[in-house]
Amino acid sequence: MSSAPLAAPRSGSRTKQRSNFELYGWLFMRISGIVLVVLVLGHLFIMNILDGGVQRINFAFVAGRWASPFWQIWDLSMLWLAMLHGGNGMRTIINDYAERNQTRFWLKMLLYVSTAFIIALGTLVIFTFDPSLG
Amino acid sequence: MSVRGSSEWDGIVASKTPVSLRALPIGTLYRGGEGMWTWVLQRITGVSVFFFLFVHVLDTALVRVSPEAYDLIIATYKTPIVNVLEVGLVGAVLYHALNGIRIILIDFWKRGPRVQRQMTWVVAGVWLVVMIPGTYYMMIHTIDALFGSTP
Ligand code: HEM
Repeated sequence: MSSAPLAAPRSGSRTKQRSNFELYGWLFMRISGIVLVVLVLGHLFIMNILDGGVQRINFAFVAGRWASPFWQIWDLSMLWLAMLHGGNGMRTIINDYAERNQTRFWLKMLLYVSTAFIIALGTLVIFTFDPSLG
Repeated sequence: MSVRGSSEWDGIVASKTPVSLRALPIGTLYRGGEGMWTWVLQRITGVSVFFFLFVHVLDTALVRVSPEAYDLIIATYKTPIVNVLEVGLVGAVLYHALNGIRIILIDFWKRGPRVQRQMTWVVAGVWLVVMIPGTYYMMIHTIDALFGSTP
């Protein structure tokens, strides 16, 4: 079986331009998810169920908790992981449903800006909390 | 759409193939059946929790304004209606977490895809076992305020 020689490919190698961003995103969703099981379910249990739940929460309660670096680190990790996990999940959903390029672009810009704002605000609050206000 | 393993596409292909041509006993996780609904719920709970988290960081940020401002906003969380919404939020997070663990097991555990259906029942079972007493403890105060004899 003989065949005409194939012309050399004219387009460049595609593998070079591709990044592994989506793969890392996929992995991040799973790793952050496992950590969030402990952080988020622990948080909900302590805040909503243990010893009277939300009824006992007030400024003094927050001051007492954030006096401990343990809870500061807990809340800080939870804030960052949940916002990045949730933000990346929202990015997937926008990519799935927003079909026009413009719509997709602007929805994602809004998502990134507001996500960055909430992470920055939460971080600032945890680090600059002043119990003497109470 | 994120990479969810080839099984997602198997499901879509299989559903468009005439029944007589289907040769896929397993691996049809999506499109119809529980596999699709667990995914729809994962999406709805994920979005709802994300929006709540937004509001929750904003209300907590009031501790930087004044103790009075913070206590005022937290007082709304203690009202019966918001208390019921809060139970819904906990239910949503719990489902999302349990089904998230199921997704992770399907992706990384060798036997995961084979037992994914049984894992759906475990998710439902654990959810109920946690939510029944959980709802009670979250609502003790509201139940007491609405129906209790102590004012
Ligand atoms: C509590 C532990 C949690 C676990 C185990 C978990 C697990 C997962 C998993 C495995 C996925 C699928 C990712 C994929 O398809 O690639 C996912 C998606 C998602 N998660 Fe979570 N998650 C948790 C908490 C949260 C929280 C706190 C939020 C909100 C801030 C959130 C928001 C989302 C969103 C928006 C999606 C995208 C849904 C979709 O693409 O259909 N998750 N989660």
